[in-house]
Amino acid sequence: MLLRRLALHLVLLFGVVFSLFPFYWMVVMATNMTSDIYRYPPKLTFGSELATNIAHVFEKIPFFAAMANTAVVAVATTALVLFFDSLAAFSFAKFDFPGRRVLFGLLLGMFMLPAQLALIPQFVVMVKLGWAGQLQALIVPAAANAFGIFWMRQYISRAVPDELLDAARLDGCGFLRQYWHVALPAVRPGLSFLGIYTFIAAWNDYVWPLIVLVDPDRLTLQVALSQLNRSYGQDYSMVMAGALLAVVPLVVVFVLFARGFIADAVKGAVRG
Amino acid sequence: MRAAAPRTRRRKRSYWPQYLAISPFFVIFAVFGLFPVLFSLYLAFHRWNGLGEMEFVGLDQFRFLVEDSTFWLALRNTFVIWFLSTVPTLCLALVIAAMLNSTVRFTSVYRIAYFVPNITSLVAVAIFFGAVFSTNFGLVNAFLQTMGLPAFEWLTDPFGMKIAVASVMTWQWTGYNAIIYLAGMQAIPSDLYEAAKVDGAGPVQTFFRITVPMLRPIILFTVIVSTVNGLQSFTESQVLFGSNTTLNPNTGGPGQGALTMVLYFYHQAFDNRDFGYGAAISWAVFLVIVLFAVINWRLVQRRVSE
Repeated sequence: MLLRRLALHLVLLFGVVFSLFPFYWMVVMATNMTSDIYRYPPKLTFGSELATNIAHVFEKIPFFAAMANTAVVAVATTALVLFFDSLAAFSFAKFDFPGRRVLFGLLLGMFMLPAQLALIPQFVVMVKLGWAGQLQALIVPAAANAFGIFWMRQYISRAVPDELLDAARLDGCGFLRQYWHVALPAVRPGLSFLGIYTFIAAWNDYVWPLIVLVDPDRLTLQVALSQLNRSYGQDYSMVMAGALLAVVPLVVVFVLFARGFIADAVKGAVRG
Repeated sequence: MRAAAPRTRRRKRSYWPQYLAISPFFVIFAVFGLFPVLFSLYLAFHRWNGLGEMEFVGLDQFRFLVEDSTFWLALRNTFVIWFLSTVPTLCLALVIAAMLNSTVRFTSVYRIAYFVPNITSLVAVAIFFGAVFSTNFGLVNAFLQTMGLPAFEWLTDPFGMKIAVASVMTWQWTGYNAIIYLAGMQAIPSDLYEAAKVDGAGPVQTFFRITVPMLRPIILFTVIVSTVNGLQSFTESQVLFGSNTTLNPNTGGPGQGALTMVLYFYHQAFDNRDFGYGAAISWAVFLVIVLFAVINWRLVQRRVSE
């Protein structure tokens, strides 16, 4: 029995190694010179060239500008999504206004539309608005979404008692104050999942930024990283140093919040 | 003071705060979702480079599409890559989930470790796999060499290229699916397992006779999601096989072996500025996905229920 359990953990550990190996190998490549990797047998241990490689990255692409752009987009998108989605969800969950069912059904139907159908006209719209190449082209279309409203509606329905809202109404609280003082404090965990999820998605987004960020001086991290790879792909160590810088902040954030996040992600996936 | 009473009565019936609250989503959706989708349908019947006049061409774009051998190549590539990634992903995920389900210790550590690939930037992962599969200096070929096997040209051989792309997807999605399966397994009533034990069923038999049939709805869900995601794969091929030449930057690598449908769409629309043909391709991709998702739904539903 003990032996079987041990074997089980051994196999699971093997899977963990596979799962985490790329991070280890990225560090190995980023801390060595490309010439150390370009040989057989390859060097398998950490080197001391990380600073040199990172310096090369900074020379080739405006890394800090790209990082700042990504942070602005991710933070702004997350803040807007949290506000707009929870507000709409509160409305859908707790008020019986005419057309509620039809509108919510319409919202659910929007899950089905594949993104690439809209890409060309979205680009045309952005050009017409004069937003092509600007960060708002990434932020505004992502400021509210069907998944977040669906998720928050479920959460608010469960976590916000009607009696509390009735009491607030008797005290003269209008819609906004009921939302702010009663609903929001009760749904913090739901908001934190939606926030992390949105932040990760915005940070890693690639296809739309690739299309709409037509100004080479204003890129996000993912697009800049992809360009670094295209132009200097032979210098593995430098490109991996760039990849590492782009990946590490997010992985750290994720691991900090992971426990609750994974449980919620499963709920969101299975219901959505 | 003057009209206090009637005003409160009217306010009770008006729902403008509620409508206002849901309006941001619907406005954004109308401008950046619904209108673009309708406009892309309109575009698919026109010829347009985004600048000049739009020219109505009827069904010409679709007629051209049916005879476009590159589109059919992209379709085949996409399906091969989808198959090479989805089958190992879901099978491995089931096995990992079953193992996680029968352990008590370290489960949260395992869950985090298995989930991390899914939140890692796809661009970074694709770059990483490009280095690992590199012909001369990649880790995979170094490993083959150690085993006394010849090196393989993963990034230039059409089949090797598809394996490289599929590996990226498998790495990123196996843990995610495993954790979804695990949630499903934890919901299976334990008396079913006890009854099986009483009947003398081994772990393998229990897995196929109880776990898999009970997971049917969730397996169905993951198959559909993998189909929809897998048939739209783009970033993996675009990053792994993008070149810096201005002539053909996004054509899917040597022999176009990793050209997927969405990459071909992107190439026509945004490299060639052929918006009409791009729109036609995107609708064709949409139809293929719907059709294939329905077929998969039927197949899985039947097979698992047998």
